[in-house]
Amino acid sequence: MRPFEYFRPSSLADAAQLGAVSGAKYIAGGTNLVDLMKLGVEQPDRVVDLRDVLEQEIQELEDGSIRIGAGVRNTDLASHPLIRRQYPAMSRAIVAGASGQIRNVATTGGNLLQRTRCVYFQDVSRPCNKRAPGTGCPALESGGLSRGLAIFRTSEECIATHPSDLAVALVAFDAELALWRDGQERRLPLEQLYTSQESAPGRETILEPGEIITAVHLPAPVDGRRSHYVKVRDRASFAFSLVSVAAAVELDGDTVRGVRIALGGVASRPWRARSAEQAIQGAPATSANFSRAIRDELTTAVPTADNRFKLALAHNLVVSTLEELI
Amino acid sequence: MSIQAPERLSFIGRDIERVDARLKVTGRATYAYEYPAEHVAYAYGIGAAVARGRITGIDSSAAQGVEGVIAVLDHTGAPRLGETNNRELLVFQSDRVSYRGQLIAAVIAESFETARDASQLVSVSYEQDEHDVVLTEDHPASFRPEHVAYRVPEVSVGDVETALAQAEITVDQAYATAAAHHMALEPHASLAIWEEDQLTVFESSQYAYEARDVIAKLFALGPEQVRVINGYVGGGFGSKGSPRPQMVIAAMASRVVGRPVKMALTRQQMFPVSGYRGPTVQRVRLGANRDGELTAFEHRAAAQTSRLHDFAEPCTTGTRTMYAAANRFDTHRLTRLDVPTPSFCRGPGEAPGFFAVESALDELAIASGVDPVELRIRNDTTRDPSTGHEYSTRNLVACLEEGARIYGWSRRRNQEAEGWRTGHGVASSMYPTYQMPSRAAIVAYPDGTFAVRLAAVDIGTGSRTALLQIAAEQLQVPLARVNVEIGDTSLPYAVGAFASLGTASWGHAVHLAGREMRQLLEGTDTIPPEGLRVEVDTAEEIQARPAKANAAFGAQFAQVSVRRHTGEVRVDRLVGVFAAGRIVNPRTTRSQLIGGMTWGISMALLEETALDPNLGEYVTSDLASFHFASCADIPRIEASWIEEDDADINPVGVKGVGEIGIVGTAAAIANAVFDATGVRVRSLPVRLDDLLGD
Amino acid sequence: MIEHELSLYINDRLHQVVVDSRRTLLDLLREQLRLTGTKKGCDHGQCGACTVLLDGTRVNSCLVLAVTCEGAHVTTVEGLGTADALDPMQEAFVQHDALQCGYCTPGQICSAIGMLDEVRRGVPSHVSSSLEAVPAVLDEREIRERMSGNLCRCGAYVNIVDAILSQVG
Repeated sequence: MRPFEYFRPSSLADAAQLGAVSGAKYIAGGTNLVDLMKLGVEQPDRVVDLRDVLEQEIQELEDGSIRIGAGVRNTDLASHPLIRRQYPAMSRAIVAGASGQIRNVATTGGNLLQRTRCVYFQDVSRPCNKRAPGTGCPALESGGLSRGLAIFRTSEECIATHPSDLAVALVAFDAELALWRDGQERRLPLEQLYTSQESAPGRETILEPGEIITAVHLPAPVDGRRSHYVKVRDRASFAFSLVSVAAAVELDGDTVRGVRIALGGVASRPWRARSAEQAIQGAPATSANFSRAIRDELTTAVPTADNRFKLALAHNLVVSTLEELI
Repeated sequence: MSIQAPERLSFIGRDIERVDARLKVTGRATYAYEYPAEHVAYAYGIGAAVARGRITGIDSSAAQGVEGVIAVLDHTGAPRLGETNNRELLVFQSDRVSYRGQLIAAVIAESFETARDASQLVSVSYEQDEHDVVLTEDHPASFRPEHVAYRVPEVSVGDVETALAQAEITVDQAYATAAAHHMALEPHASLAIWEEDQLTVFESSQYAYEARDVIAKLFALGPEQVRVINGYVGGGFGSKGSPRPQMVIAAMASRVVGRPVKMALTRQQMFPVSGYRGPTVQRVRLGANRDGELTAFEHRAAAQTSRLHDFAEPCTTGTRTMYAAANRFDTHRLTRLDVPTPSFCRGPGEAPGFFAVESALDELAIASGVDPVELRIRNDTTRDPSTGHEYSTRNLVACLEEGARIYGWSRRRNQEAEGWRTGHGVASSMYPTYQMPSRAAIVAYPDGTFAVRLAAVDIGTGSRTALLQIAAEQLQVPLARVNVEIGDTSLPYAVGAFASLGTASWGHAVHLAGREMRQLLEGTDTIPPEGLRVEVDTAEEIQARPAKANAAFGAQFAQVSVRRHTGEVRVDRLVGVFAAGRIVNPRTTRSQLIGGMTWGISMALLEETALDPNLGEYVTSDLASFHFASCADIPRIEASWIEEDDADINPVGVKGVGEIGIVGTAAAIANAVFDATGVRVRSLPVRLDDLLGD
Repeated sequence: MIEHELSLYINDRLHQVVVDSRRTLLDLLREQLRLTGTKKGCDHGQCGACTVLLDGTRVNSCLVLAVTCEGAHVTTVEGLGTADALDPMQEAFVQHDALQCGYCTPGQICSAIGMLDEVRRGVPSHVSSSLEAVPAVLDEREIRERMSGNLCRCGAYVNIVDAILSQVG
């Protein structure tokens, strides 16, 4: 960890200004940033603490949507009555991740900006196209460790996965971000936060220097929607996902009126299974239909020899999760 | 003066609170890195970035320029060290790199943060050679080692080939176990302080005298010039049985900079630098008649070691003791690779070996249609089948029967509920009973108190408590009048804490010292102010033991659930019954057995340090990617025992309980997984990848 | 090195210290204030040995930069009880032999205390069968899940769960 200046601004404007310079990093909970700074993966020479400027509330807005302050701690978000009742998949996603200690500190905004836990990225002595462009990707080499990595390719150079559970649930709920820059707040669908990564796996989000996530917006709850989040990992707890699924379903009799499916642990970002959703929407709510739809979605996957099992796992998990929701 | 109480006081076998529990729960037990030292400097290690090659240049000028950096040590300027058999400890002595992550330099600085930062500014260039890091069953460079953990590498009895050819039922299968790291929660740490030519090291060590003697040789000192203190050790499991490089670096750095220096391996550095259970590839061939009675038993194991020195996982030595079969053969192959040196790890040899053998027994049970508990009972023996020696005590059958009763084995059912299928499995456990010479002193004071002194160590086993009980029993005084002082080479010699021999070896010495003291006091009227002292050595008594086979036995029963559509495996229940001699303290014994069984679950389902063959490195080098069991993975574990009275092993009758809990567990679980799913997983860990149906 | 002045309360005592901005709360406690009851196991939030209560909630002190703790209230294992007057959770760990080497123990105990408070506040867990039931019924399964951020390598989990269960009112 290099020596760094530490600032704790009291206004967004100050924070934006302090954070806009090269070499600056924002810190909220710090559970990932401090970890990466110790490893030398992140080497900021300035750290700007957002604790006094980030929103800390969860508010129900007049249109029924919900605004979650970016500074809301993961534990508080998972525990909030509105979230538990109306967006249970989100509560479930949060408590499926990390540990109690980390969830008490980690923030909503920071959770979305976590960096990959790929073992090659984490160690600066190892090659990694994401951390050190052009050095190669050991996970893509024959024999390299890719068991936990992506099956949907967003880049030819990197198959790291996004580690957040919360982001998967948020993407399934069509969450939007409130981004603050130059005194202006703009909205952006969460899915669009994450870049396509094609040629630059190191650039993971579209955030500009000095731009700050101030809140997450959840669209108003949909009548009759049921949602769930299911995560499979090696260890029973305190482990990143092999595959996870966030799903939400509304039924019209025996027909699927609306469906949302997002997968975690399969790509560089939460993977919204749109083609599967399209196939299921309007069709009878049957296991066979679910199975066919997700099988088709998975035909675009490019697994490695080590993570081919994720195809069956993702398939089975989507089908069983949807079955639970109907 | 008489200290004989009117009624005999009895402490051995009593459920007594762990004597250091209150210190530990208040955070006042002091571990190596935590001793206060004035003006201490911090060392931070730098690992090699190639698996095999030569360092062609180290540029530490940028690091040297960082404010707060005191020195950078590497092979170009480090003091020359003396001799050792453990070549992992010859730090900074040559430009050779023997494995990736090997410590090749260290930064010494005013603070940990500065040392860590500066370490990343040291730039190293290499001439890289092609490496070979992958163990295979028939590696062309493999050889039969001269010994495996002090035993012969191969034993042959009768004619296995003929017996197999004539057998009515045969099993012939390959099994594999993964590399896995000890990962004691306390990182390997050393605090070195020189005063003139006198060196004191506070050390996370399982064996203080070994650490002392090794470090003395390396620094050309007499043993009396070195003192090693290991008062509290945060787990070891074998990894702290011999010194690790950080001890040498701390001592070297302290000498160079003229200040106390402390160094802890980072969690990441512990993967290359602190030893591990090496991977194994094994083959088991069984021949039996239709009733499941074994006629042939063959077990072959292949393991790896480093280029620095040989360590051979003794996988098949336990097999020599297990089941009656007239024709037997077991052997080891070892391959030197560009990897870190593996080391003893909880249940060394037996833990991976019994996965293979006890899985194969299950396969034989299926093939013969004999109940797996009954199969093991049928093949029991009263004499060691390899040496012909009689067992001092052998209660495998009693453990199997008692375990089956507790578990409800005969009433077991396969069920499926909410997508989870249950299955049941059994396996035998065994760990040899060892003992090594130790000394102990007891001092009686005029106020009626006693000090028991020996350089034993309590790495969490409860030895402090057990030794107190053994001493008080011999002295016939209340526990509160006895102080046990351990963890310091200024105390009489004691062997280390490993191979489940600690309490047996130390307890024997304390027992003798206590007896001698009691006899001394019986003829003494007054105790002088400085006290009365006795010191004993057990070497002669150990030499004089009868030639019998000595081992602890056990049986473990597991119920697992496997989720049909994800392949996830959960252990629902684990029952273990053991016969391990006399139990000194039921509370700490139960903790030890449960601890071993917890390791067994972890080994069965989780533990694998993954190797990247191209980088030549174990790459899952932190606790987020190398998984061992969390609280959520561990069900209620039931551990109990059958009391044994075995005067042949040592006067206290202790066999040791540190290892046996992990032996067989993984097989019991894999056998249960087979029972639940019909899928036989022969390679650990058992993962959902293996069980995932379409 | 860039230093900051910092005031914070540790075990109800005000400390005014100068810290390197890179220093974690853990290293401040252990190396500067010699409160070594809080342990460094992995230094990356992956083992829980460094768990303390920060403003009443359990956190990994290895992932908290000390400089961010201005005005904070920190409770470490040293602030819970003494050998003669243990905190009930400490006493429960002793009685159930919920420790072996003792290195993860202070973190386990701080975590258990923080965890019980979370349950009282209605925080759900991964194994809570219902998100509606507040607070959750704290059975063995809930305790195991909620304590999974504290690794124990000796294998004392079974006894740790029993110790905590004995403290569930």
